[in-house]
Amino acid sequence: MTEITQRGYARPDVLVSTEWVAVHRGDPDVRIVESNEDPLLYPAGHIPGAVEVDWTADLNDPVRRDYLDQAGFEALASRIGITPATTVVFYGDKNNWWACYAFWVFQLFGHTNARIMDGGRLKWEKEGRELTREKPVYPATAYRAHPRDDSRIRAFRDQVLAHAQAQGQLVDVRSPAEYSGERTHMEGYPNEGALRGGHIPGARNIPWARAANPDDGTFKPAEELRAIYQQEHGLDPARPTVAYCRIGERSSHTWFVLTYLLGFQTVRNYDGSWTEWGNLVGVPIEK
Amino acid sequence: MQDFSLLTDREERSAYLIELADQFQPVPARIAAPPYPDDHRVPFCESEAYVWSEDQPDGTLKFHFAVENPQGLSAMAMAAILDQTLSGQPLDQVAQVPDDIVLAIFGRNISMGKGQGLMGIVAMVREAARRRQRERQA
Repeated sequence: MTEITQRGYARPDVLVSTEWVAVHRGDPDVRIVESNEDPLLYPAGHIPGAVEVDWTADLNDPVRRDYLDQAGFEALASRIGITPATTVVFYGDKNNWWACYAFWVFQLFGHTNARIMDGGRLKWEKEGRELTREKPVYPATAYRAHPRDDSRIRAFRDQVLAHAQAQGQLVDVRSPAEYSGERTHMEGYPNEGALRGGHIPGARNIPWARAANPDDGTFKPAEELRAIYQQEHGLDPARPTVAYCRIGERSSHTWFVLTYLLGFQTVRNYDGSWTEWGNLVGVPIEK
Repeated sequence: MQDFSLLTDREERSAYLIELADQFQPVPARIAAPPYPDDHRVPFCESEAYVWSEDQPDGTLKFHFAVENPQGLSAMAMAAILDQTLSGQPLDQVAQVPDDIVLAIFGRNISMGKGQGLMGIVAMVREAARRRQRERQA
């Protein structure tokens, strides 16, 4: 894979390489954060000095379906020992799927000093780099967060409905079988996820992982990404775009790609996604 | 299985599950070799898990598993638990294993997607026992 700066991204500065992390992981103004789908991966071995941010335990409200609030974010930031000046570098499993999700949540609170480690865990492991089971402890910090801003990068159902009715640009990043509505549950296990299958009318189906190279989890160069999102599916970077999946995690990966790698102007992640839309009474669905 | 109800601490639970994942033994070559056939693949399991069952002389089944993703630690732990607790057990017991053992074992830390993949592994083991029961009754 070519150097990050050679790949034609709109914002190459939001990505760092595994080599960069190997060199800078001990810097006092850098914090490495691992976010995974599989909760066993971090305790089984992580980049030395990395802390874990868990998507259920740390980023979501334990009762309501919503993200943590300003006080919750400040407590999380304090626990992982960061200040607004700390460069937070996220990495994780599954092509950085949950790393992008954590990155997105951090952006709701305006922590713009954030990066993704290109290739995530997979690349780090493949390169035979060091992993440890030792958990670091950092002195607690006092972090004064911005209030959560849901207006710029997050979309709610009524906004999505209006967006769809106005023929706005929508990207469904789920698998083709979920998009077509062929699958709403697995055999012998009716899925509580959604009562109806299909997709939001007008949405293009671009499975999220197409943006990554399967061999090492790195992002594809801008030219290849443009071929997928713009040439193949006709998305226009100048038009407001809403991305969704089932609960908003896979689509945060696509949100990252469209926003930072391709420079789309306004991209919002609809975190209600199919588990909300597929259960809403009366909303239009296309199959 | 009852051991898991005692593990209320997330770190202790993780440590125990990692130990189990380390004990995971993939399917022996005499049963199957890669590329594994799709009809043994667990639906919805992103770790690419596969399940086989082997008849034992005493009428029970021995279960074998493959996990084709080196980062699929939860799937490996699940496979090790199912092998240790259900291989060689009476079929009517295996045929009644509930899906929610996944939540009992992994706690609420597990994401919906991963939970479904792991429940898929349980469902395939259970279905293998039911199928064998039906064949014997026929």
